[in-house]
Amino acid sequence: MALSEKTKQAFLGPLNANNPVVVQILGICSALAVTVQLKPALVMGIAVTIIVALSNVVISALRTTIPSRIRIIVQLVVVAALVTLVSAFLKAFAYDVSVALSVYIGLIITNCILMGRLEAYAMTNGPWDSFLDGLGNGFGYMWVLVVVAFVRELLGSGTLMGQRIIPRSWYVANGGFYENCGMMMMPAMALILVACVIWAHRGLNKEEKK
Amino acid sequence: MMEHAINLFVRSIFADNMIFAYFLGMCSYLAVSKDVKTSAGLGVAVTFVLLVTLPVNYLLQQYVLGPDALVEGVDLSYLSFILFIAVIAAIVQIVEMVVEKYSPSLYASLGIFLPLIAVNCAIMGASLFMQQRVTLDAADPKAIANIGDAFAYALGSGLGWLLAICALAGIREKMEYNDVPKPLQGLGITFITVGLMAMAFMCFSGLKIG
Repeated sequence: MALSEKTKQAFLGPLNANNPVVVQILGICSALAVTVQLKPALVMGIAVTIIVALSNVVISALRTTIPSRIRIIVQLVVVAALVTLVSAFLKAFAYDVSVALSVYIGLIITNCILMGRLEAYAMTNGPWDSFLDGLGNGFGYMWVLVVVAFVRELLGSGTLMGQRIIPRSWYVANGGFYENCGMMMMPAMALILVACVIWAHRGLNKEEKK
Repeated sequence: MMEHAINLFVRSIFADNMIFAYFLGMCSYLAVSKDVKTSAGLGVAVTFVLLVTLPVNYLLQQYVLGPDALVEGVDLSYLSFILFIAVIAAIVQIVEMVVEKYSPSLYASLGIFLPLIAVNCAIMGASLFMQQRVTLDAADPKAIANIGDAFAYALGSGLGWLLAICALAGIREKMEYNDVPKPLQGLGITFITVGLMAMAFMCFSGLKIG
């Protein structure tokens, strides 16, 4: 299927040049809190992608019938219903991840990416474009989460997705030379790592305006 | 009893600070903290809305949503996301109308922030944490056992947020004159600043009174 230029832009823009996390600085709360390990971060990324894409479609389909005065409440209710579904699904099929994410699944409701996309895109565009825009923003959010969680889990606990990467025999306790970096588990390092991602991203996209 | 509430209050300002320990309300925290005066206005508004919504949601949790609360044998907690966000959105709307009617000068300085607060993660997050904490054992210093505790937790969280945003705004005002590497200017350096502040706040994590 041939995609028009606008449709392509809706999907590809948020991945790099218009990334929701590192350029628009939206949805930071959860991006920082769930990145101690790779697995919850990945699940969070997928959950947000699904919810953004579907709520974009619903709001876009309803955009001519929603009275503008109460649109925020309508948007919140649609998002809250989708989040409730995703949360119930996770509790049923991935209980340990849902415990690890704790309140942050519920906080997808107030994730600024969602409200931002609904207001800025779904209210003025058709369902198909909105769907791709939602997918693009979800993936843009996900890659930042995955990068930060990759570094934090590898350096903080020597594992990836729960699998041991750094051999046990390297550790000082077993007569080796290696020690986990405890700082990586602290909330503070998440902020500093996101700052490094922003730094690298801006450095690579020099022509971009501040 | 009183001691427990005071302990909860102090802990939620310092050790369980909304920004530095849980990254809640990060979006508006980063966007608005450019000067101290506006930051203080937003901080006061957040504290106020927390003080109203959290006890209301506590009563909802105790008398409607909890297991066996409304009807014997029925657990309505899967409705909590939708109900909490509806309560928050409605209360923010009411507060906005009341302030507009009775104090136009306050409305002029606070008005632009009030719609933002409905989607501030700190408000929703506090309600979701409250939902987790009501199930804790009463001896746990984090437990919220009665409506007084709910008020203490709301006030402490709000003041903690106010403290964090005013501190960051103060630092950012001074930092205007510093020579920051180009790609790191703006939000990059702000993230690193917040990371360093979060490290400082980690010292409070063992805090206990009485």
